[in-house]
Amino acid sequence: MSALKRHPSLVVMFALALIFVFIVPQVTELYIINDMTVFAVMATLALSLALVWGFGGILSLGQSVFFGIGGYVYAITVLNTGESTIPILLGVVVPMAFAAVLGYFMFYGRISDIYLAVITLTVSLIFYHLIVSTSGGQWRIGKSPIGGYNGIPGLPPINVPGDPSARLGFEGKYYLSIIVLFLTYFGIRWLLATRFGRVAVSIRENEARTELIGYDARAYKLALYAIGAGVAGLAGVLYANWGGFISPVVFNIFFTAQIIVWVMVGGLGTLVGPMLAAVAIQYLVTQLGAAATSEIKAGLTIFGMRLDLKDFLDSNIILGVIFIVFTLFIPKGIVPFIRDWFSERRTHGRRQAESGSPAE
Amino acid sequence: MDFAAVIFIQVLFAIASLALISLGLAIIFGMMRVINFAHGEFLMMGGFTTLLLSNAGMNLWVAMFVAAPLLVGLFGVVVERLIIRRLYGRIFETVLATWGLSLLMIGVASVTVGYYQSTMQAPLGSVAIGNYRESGYTFFVIAVAILVLGGVYFGLRFTRFGLLARGTMQNPAMAAALGVNTGRVYAVTFFVGSALSGLAGAVLTPLVSVSPVIGFSYIARAFITVIGGGAVALSGTISASALFGSISQFVAFATTPVVGEVALLIAAIILIRILPEGITGRFFRRGL
Repeated sequence: MSALKRHPSLVVMFALALIFVFIVPQVTELYIINDMTVFAVMATLALSLALVWGFGGILSLGQSVFFGIGGYVYAITVLNTGESTIPILLGVVVPMAFAAVLGYFMFYGRISDIYLAVITLTVSLIFYHLIVSTSGGQWRIGKSPIGGYNGIPGLPPINVPGDPSARLGFEGKYYLSIIVLFLTYFGIRWLLATRFGRVAVSIRENEARTELIGYDARAYKLALYAIGAGVAGLAGVLYANWGGFISPVVFNIFFTAQIIVWVMVGGLGTLVGPMLAAVAIQYLVTQLGAAATSEIKAGLTIFGMRLDLKDFLDSNIILGVIFIVFTLFIPKGIVPFIRDWFSERRTHGRRQAESGSPAE
Repeated sequence: MDFAAVIFIQVLFAIASLALISLGLAIIFGMMRVINFAHGEFLMMGGFTTLLLSNAGMNLWVAMFVAAPLLVGLFGVVVERLIIRRLYGRIFETVLATWGLSLLMIGVASVTVGYYQSTMQAPLGSVAIGNYRESGYTFFVIAVAILVLGGVYFGLRFTRFGLLARGTMQNPAMAAALGVNTGRVYAVTFFVGSALSGLAGAVLTPLVSVSPVIGFSYIARAFITVIGGGAVALSGTISASALFGSISQFVAFATTPVVGEVALLIAAIILIRILPEGITGRFFRRGL
């Protein structure tokens, strides 16, 4: 009971983890399990940006690059070796190394936040152009074609380390993804509680002051950025494993915009918020995609141009509107918004009670 | 010799188009320290305006030089009023809101105009250079870039508004204390920047296939040029365009245009390690 009082969120999350691992698969249909697998992967990806942006104050608009590199490295190596253990490791290490190189130039150049946002977004744009341009047979690494716009299909599922014949089925993929998600969550909670994490947060709060105390902000930011890239890369590996394919869509601007929306809507500086927002928005986008092809007839005609309401359920329009509305009106995100609202009500109620208001 | 001339013209063209697509973004950044993430879509809007109006029977040059800049410029003023001004000084929020605007514009364009890609024949025929032929439109784009850069120089250097704008750029608080209506200066700057973006999108229309996502093919290069150039709009744009335009064009000659773009990115990342505030953070600081 005292643990619940001291760390309520940890206890709740641990209980949730047990429920999702032991109970949910027993009572849920297989196709829902399959959907939940990809939701778990997206929530892991959301955690990577929640760490880098929410706690490190680094607005990385190119988090999908690390996700994509993770997925592509995994795909190419697993097709060449046929065994998944080393490809998984490479799918984490290569994005980290790439982030370290990119981060070296950005953080040690001490560029401003806005330059950092621009550079990271540009990196993802150019990766997209680069991968799309690799269609055709001459673009291959070992046995694996890169495939240009079509991506790389037909990836074998992850196998038990050392035994390529023992491959994961749908349920195995679910267990793996959901366990990785919760381990990532607890891992980040732990990281933020260590000295390293506290310094990283203090850099977000006041970089100059932290440096004056004697910490090298550049090195801390670089390390945090690389860790976030590793988490995103791992999510990319699990994504490629989930669908058995990877395509340049993951480098696409809309994909990277989605990750930002998850963190922004869920709440900057929280971990649960972005996880929930990732699942909710992913679900919403799927549902709206279905609605857009449905029978909604509303619409209007302007200047002889027919505008159907259902066309405006376009995912770009929805994402764009969420972006603008949240930055203008709910910049903190939903979870902090609700938290503030509750604590305001509580202090407000207490004040009323103290002043002996005649409310009762 | 002819071949060298053709290469020289191609490099010049790469520099000119880079300067054209970046100048509007650079002017807004230089004045307000705001990066407009919807810049690519402003270019797209200029392109569609030109395309649709000229298809509807308007004279191509009127659509290109009057309608597109005016429409996109006015749209920019609305955006400045409704979004940018409310977030002034808050960098993350401005980035996110303008990026949201970018997605919104792509969505609206694909819903209203549709995903049809349209190309038009480049006007002005071609010019013979020895054994090679070069499109007349290439020279036209180079000329437009020179005229636009010259026009911005003239406007900043010799007009009253240019003086107020330079003062506001150097020290907004002091300018406001001396009676400059800085809000109006920002609004006009945003109009000029947006109008130049519209013009750039319009001028490049005959060379590309216009579609709702065409912004992506411009935006990476425009971003790189602006951060490479730094906060001093005109000298930054010219110097960064000259540097990056030559690099990407030579690499593109040797390999493919996409690799040229990658080379551009790598050059920019190395550049900001050495000059974190862009070229004008160290050189031409007192330029325009």
